[in-house]
Amino acid sequence: MPAGVNKRLGMAVNLNRCVGCSACAIACKSENNVPPGRLRRWIHEKTAGRFPDLKMQIWSESCMHCEDAPCVHSCPTGASHVDAATGTVQVHPELCTGCKACMASCPYDARYVHPDGYIDKCTLCVHKLEHGEEAACQSICPTSAIAVGDLDDPTSEISRWLRDRNALVRKPEAGTKPKFFLVE
Amino acid sequence: MSLQNLTRRKFLAIGSVAAGGAALAGYLPGRISLNPDRQAHWPQPTDRMVSTVCEMCFWRCGVQAHLRDGQVTALTGNPAHPLSRGRLCPRGAGGIGNLYDPDRLVKPLIREGERGDERFREAEWDEALDLVADRLQGIADQYGPESLAMFYHGAGGGFFKTLLKALGSPNSAAPSYAQCRGPREVGFELTFGEGLGSPEPLDLAHTHALALIGSHLGENMHNTQVQDFADAVDSGCHLIVVDPRFSVAAGKAEHWLAIRPGTDLALILGWIHLILAEGWEQKAFLAQNAVGLEALRKAVAKYTPEAVFLETGIRSGQLRETARLLAKAAPHALVHPGRHVTWYGDDAQRSRAIAILNALLGNWGQSGGIYLPGQMELKAFPGLPTFPKSKNPADRKAGQYPFAGSVLANGLREATLSGEPYPIKAWLVYGTNLPMVLPNPKQTEEAIHNLDFLVAIDTMPAEITGWADVVLPECTYLERHDDLFAPFYRQPFLALRQPVVDPIGDSKPAWWMAKQLAERMGLGAWFPWQDAEELIEGRLRASGYQDDQIDTLFQKGALSEQETAIYLQDGEDYPFATPSGKIELYSQQLADAGFDPVPVYRRPEMPGQGQFRLLTGRAPVHTFGRTTNNAVLLEHYPENEVWVNPAALRNLGLVNGDRVLLKNQDGAQTGPIRVRATQRIRPDSAFMVHGFGHKARKLRRAVSVGGDDNEVTTRFQVDPLMGGTGMNVNFVTLEKVEV
Repeated sequence: MPAGVNKRLGMAVNLNRCVGCSACAIACKSENNVPPGRLRRWIHEKTAGRFPDLKMQIWSESCMHCEDAPCVHSCPTGASHVDAATGTVQVHPELCTGCKACMASCPYDARYVHPDGYIDKCTLCVHKLEHGEEAACQSICPTSAIAVGDLDDPTSEISRWLRDRNALVRKPEAGTKPKFFLVE
Repeated sequence: MSLQNLTRRKFLAIGSVAAGGAALAGYLPGRISLNPDRQAHWPQPTDRMVSTVCEMCFWRCGVQAHLRDGQVTALTGNPAHPLSRGRLCPRGAGGIGNLYDPDRLVKPLIREGERGDERFREAEWDEALDLVADRLQGIADQYGPESLAMFYHGAGGGFFKTLLKALGSPNSAAPSYAQCRGPREVGFELTFGEGLGSPEPLDLAHTHALALIGSHLGENMHNTQVQDFADAVDSGCHLIVVDPRFSVAAGKAEHWLAIRPGTDLALILGWIHLILAEGWEQKAFLAQNAVGLEALRKAVAKYTPEAVFLETGIRSGQLRETARLLAKAAPHALVHPGRHVTWYGDDAQRSRAIAILNALLGNWGQSGGIYLPGQMELKAFPGLPTFPKSKNPADRKAGQYPFAGSVLANGLREATLSGEPYPIKAWLVYGTNLPMVLPNPKQTEEAIHNLDFLVAIDTMPAEITGWADVVLPECTYLERHDDLFAPFYRQPFLALRQPVVDPIGDSKPAWWMAKQLAERMGLGAWFPWQDAEELIEGRLRASGYQDDQIDTLFQKGALSEQETAIYLQDGEDYPFATPSGKIELYSQQLADAGFDPVPVYRRPEMPGQGQFRLLTGRAPVHTFGRTTNNAVLLEHYPENEVWVNPAALRNLGLVNGDRVLLKNQDGAQTGPIRVRATQRIRPDSAFMVHGFGHKARKLRRAVSVGGDDNEVTTRFQVDPLMGGTGMNVNFVTLEKVEV
């Protein structure tokens, strides 16, 4: 990720590939030292129909790094913010008072209270991306179901997935313009 | 050699620090820095990385352990290891939870209370080893060496197997044979002349049509296989899933066949019949490579779609369409042989039917079918003496289970109970929790009461260690060497397990324990090396590997060769290791031994009114009961539940989340387990993840959490060909636990 160029980083999960195994959620916790009992990623399973006519989708989910992020709008201190260089939603722990307004406003329940008193969530592993590494969830994933990349770069895997495949966002009615996609 | 090893260790240590330094450089000033104030909270870089081999399951991927201040902080997939390809399953990623489990065995234990009381005193190694050696020797002297039996699962088991063979006992059994994949091996050996082994040589990534029969890839997380499965699904492979439960794989399938449990063989024979009746088989391939086609055709004629429907509940249209999809994609089509296949006692014949079906698809040595794996050369450590002659194993009587290819764990238990064909007086149990592994746990308990001595070797307390007279604490896979791994695979490779951190407490590696016991029993000649590193290097040198290759193996954890010729050329002959030298669609061997030469479906007993057939399986984050005390993994699957269809629940007045006991046809029952009401299962079946409901008090997180299916697996159907234990033959009712 070269310096000086603003990105619009997002994440996509491939529904054909994801088996909901939780490897991503576990790797995320190891990499980011997420405290016990808290999760930055989780598995979502949706089953519809009645036996034996069933449909199921299963996927790994996290903060959606929304472009119109209610957590940022609701934050009274500016701790929750959009990082200009990456377009990701981040939290300044120093500025965070732990008031939980962001948690209340997040339609995706993506945040938790860190035992140190601030609100925490997925950072998209920008500390790894900076060094040309993949996010922990992406690199561990046994089914290569996760793509993290620049939505403005047409050659990125995520852009290719969004271009070539049917893409969905979660809870579009919330109007948050999530940058997290499910592709088929 | 020791000096060389020291040099190598030192060299590697320097290499590791250098690599850590390179990683650190990325964090130095000069690089972009988006959020200087945020960075203070970012994860600190790790300072060291060691490559080794995982043992969270038995697929054995390569892992890289990342360390900070001497603590393992993360486990990731080793890019240099062909089975992980840089990726890892949740159990592998969560191995830290096993390493740092506060309940680990860290001192040798000597029993103080009654057997099974879990009351022990701590002992030093010398006392414990002297005691074990003395008791084993005494029993061998009194009853003969064959009165010692060993049960094992895991890489270190080989060292104890050597110990028993050196003493003159043939009685070492891995329950992974007769309680898991044995019938599949036999079915394929009888048909193709060879079993499949592990990892199975299935070219999943390239298959155009794939049928899974009760095989729930994605919940079973064998890493490479799941990687390949995802590739197949994502590239549009026609996926057919046969399962009474709407598995994760079924959720991705084009066709889900919600089969009546117990009737799988009828379905497979129905597919065979249909393919032959329509002339969809790979004719040229069969003409060149198979015998018995006409006999097969005749034998399966009765499995018409109508007859199959009556048994399986699968409509003829779906039967035909799925057969057509497989046949149309052939030879790049595959019927997955499964892995845990001990279901109904007809398992070797069902596996044989699967082998026959694959033969009709002509997929042997074909892209998207069954490929031809290779193996890297690995010789034994030089100068080992030959083993003394021993009696036949005690697991079966003469002529019983003629196609068993390995010692039967249930057979050894049977011999311990009956004293026939000769008495078994001591058990060594390495890494396998027999009370939750062998069906009918009461029999295991009775057998233990017949023993003069039981020694358990494990990293964690479990039910079996609670029954032991002496418990020897093994260090985890992240703290030890084991012998080298050289599996058959598409890309032949060697892999090395090496310590990442020092063992916690007084826990020790298996090689050390076995060598110590051997030396005390006058069997040291079979353990002539100083330590495991010398064993490993000795084998590598004996096999002709050079310094640079050995260094690569130690540094990267794996040494691989290029992919060999894994497919047959057009029309190439393959030397099938059957009596006829061909694929045996009709088996004269079976006919001669008095078995069905072509598999015959016989309807198993079905559940009665109000009963559910109990089915078991896996959650992706657990490996049976081995991981259900692992704090890291438990966060993602804390407790098993019994899956029941809401339609069936309504009749019982139960709702989702109710706590129930499962009671079976013999009056056995589980502890309380929660009900999961889900459309994802047939109304006549109940499903639960195996490995929960521990009773061992020293598993403080796992004890009494969820239910143990084995408690209601009192009945099992023994496979007449090979002695495997079919365990899906138990029926349960649900009884609400009032809170």
